[in-house]
Amino acid sequence: MPDAADRPATAEVRIVADGADLVLAGRLDAAGTAAVWVPAMAAVQKGGSLTVDAAGITYCDGSGVALLGALRAGAAGRPFAIRGLQPGFQTLVDLVGEVAPPAVPAAPRLGPISRLGHAAYAMGGEAKRQVAFVGETLVYLTEAVRRPGRVRWSDFFLTLEAAGVRAVPIMVLMGFLIGLIMAFQSAIPMRRFGADLFVADLVSLSLLRELGPLMAAVMLAGRTGSAFAAEIGTMKVNEEVDALTTMGLVPVRFLVVPRVLAAIVVMPFLAMLMNVAGLFGCLVVMMSLGYPPVTFFNQLVGATTHLDLLGGLFKAAVFGLLVGGVGCMRGLQTTTGAAAVGESTTRSVVSGILLIILADGLFAVLFFYLDL
Amino acid sequence: MAADAIITVEHMRTGFGAQVLFEDLSFGVARGEVFVILGGSGCGKSTLLKHLIGLYSPWSGSIDIAGMELVTADEATRLAILRRIGVMYQQGALFGSMNLIENVRLPLEEFTRLPDAAVEAVALAKLKLVGLDRFAFHMPSEISGGMRKRAAIARAMALDPEILFLDEPSAGLDPITSAELDELILQLRRSLGITFVVVTHELASIFAIADRVIMLDKETRGIIAEGPPARLRDESRHPFVRRFFHRQAADAPAA
Ligand SMILES: Nc1ncnc2c1ncn2[C@@H]1O[C@H](COP(=O)(O)OP(=O)(O)OP(=O)(O)O)[C@@H](O)[C@H]1O
Ligand SMILES: [Mg+2]
Repeated sequence: MPDAADRPATAEVRIVADGADLVLAGRLDAAGTAAVWVPAMAAVQKGGSLTVDAAGITYCDGSGVALLGALRAGAAGRPFAIRGLQPGFQTLVDLVGEVAPPAVPAAPRLGPISRLGHAAYAMGGEAKRQVAFVGETLVYLTEAVRRPGRVRWSDFFLTLEAAGVRAVPIMVLMGFLIGLIMAFQSAIPMRRFGADLFVADLVSLSLLRELGPLMAAVMLAGRTGSAFAAEIGTMKVNEEVDALTTMGLVPVRFLVVPRVLAAIVVMPFLAMLMNVAGLFGCLVVMMSLGYPPVTFFNQLVGATTHLDLLGGLFKAAVFGLLVGGVGCMRGLQTTTGAAAVGESTTRSVVSGILLIILADGLFAVLFFYLDL
Repeated sequence: MAADAIITVEHMRTGFGAQVLFEDLSFGVARGEVFVILGGSGCGKSTLLKHLIGLYSPWSGSIDIAGMELVTADEATRLAILRRIGVMYQQGALFGSMNLIENVRLPLEEFTRLPDAAVEAVALAKLKLVGLDRFAFHMPSEISGGMRKRAAIARAMALDPEILFLDEPSAGLDPITSAELDELILQLRRSLGITFVVVTHELASIFAIADRVIMLDKETRGIIAEGPPARLRDESRHPFVRRFFHRQAADAPAA
């Protein structure tokens, strides 16, 4: 049963000689305020003085106070008064005062030339940091090779497990499906020429040279590069990276080197796994076309050389370096706040995949001129 | 500055982008004292601390730590300076992937040639000093915020630094834990002669530990008051200093 305090809020505007009287009554909580906001603010628009008769207000929380503050701000410069508000609520209203958005200091308007300059300057700084990161990483990677005792092997093995062992099922599944799909898709047109035997050549060559390393690297960027960025980014946000620095430990040597090393080592294995699983997928299709496994193996051996395989595995290791390195770099570039970690993670995957594709293009040109 | 100064900052000017935080900052910290940096929120206390430990470089001016110039230091000098300081960050910044004793062991393993058993013993001793030896094998996520801060102090002390920098050690702690931390600071100063540079807002803490304080201010972009806390409370005529000490005067002992 509604008692007095539960009366819904009402607003009534009366025009008087030199302005308006606004009679507010009832319960000014979030719901009540929402109901009367528009008519109440309309009273301000009338011009002239504004008197709020608040005697009927039975309850007034933050929303009500905000309404009264907004009214006061709206009437700025004109006579304004609140009458009859209960003293407890009045103290709150006085505390809040006018409620109006603060004047945002206008950002200095820059001409196109200055904006170009600022952008170039920012890009220059970014490029400098990236070059410094690459240099530092390479220096400490060579140091790691020459003085393996100084590498944090515990981190290395942890990463190896996360990026390698735990990726086995998904890599096998993906490789198998890719081999299967490629073989199936190419078998249909090739059968029309009676060349379906050569599906084995096609699939094995493209797997070993291109798709095995490439798909493994894309998978690494999604699973591991992003994990690097998130781990290191979180450490950055928690000031753990600062703590390392002030201990005199170099974050690149301490955090980046073991992870990048693990990525380099694990990638040839993952690519190999991808290759083998893909060939199995192809074999399944070939057998369904009526060829016995031995025919498939003969085609495989005839079509590919060990250079195809080794070239692909070498590419895989380079992809590992790129994906691991860019993941760590994005992590270290993290600014502050949890959102920044998410942003770095995304950027690590995007730039990781971009780098893989670029590097793959370079390898294609390189292998062509080297006659591999 | 004073002959026994362990930290001397002279004419430091710094900020972020177009925002100038300090116009011309000069002060000294004497060896073995507890030096407290005060100031309103956002006036640059943490930033000043990060300059003193070499994470940021000032635009101009000099910072001298234990007789070595930090701003223009080469890599070897910088490492030598870092070896003589320890830092406790506002949130502790313990390495989340290591348990407490591994956190304390890390600097020992990296910078000393102690045999493994000795490293273990030293790390345990440091944890014992802050009363956390029973939690040596807990992960940082498994202990409370106050314990994390104490563990961070243990890690900062791993290499027996001459200067310890603490950023808001008592923020977010209950008064009893906060008082225990103050007691620990005084104890370490007494028995090991460590110099402390502390950022804190807790009045009770300031009066308990500080030999000298400086009060920074956003408006003047520099120091508005300097001296022992009791003198600032009783004698300073600067309105901000008076407000700072008297708004909360009821909490302060013997106020
Ligand atoms: N990385 C940064 N980039 C840009 N501005 C910053 C950065 N860090 C701090 N600032 C600015 O510098 C000023 C001082 O920040 P600082 O963290 O040093 O304050 P504080 O005195 O430690 O405050 P509190 O008592 O709240 O911790 C603030 O105005 C802040 O906006
Ligand atoms: Mg701070």
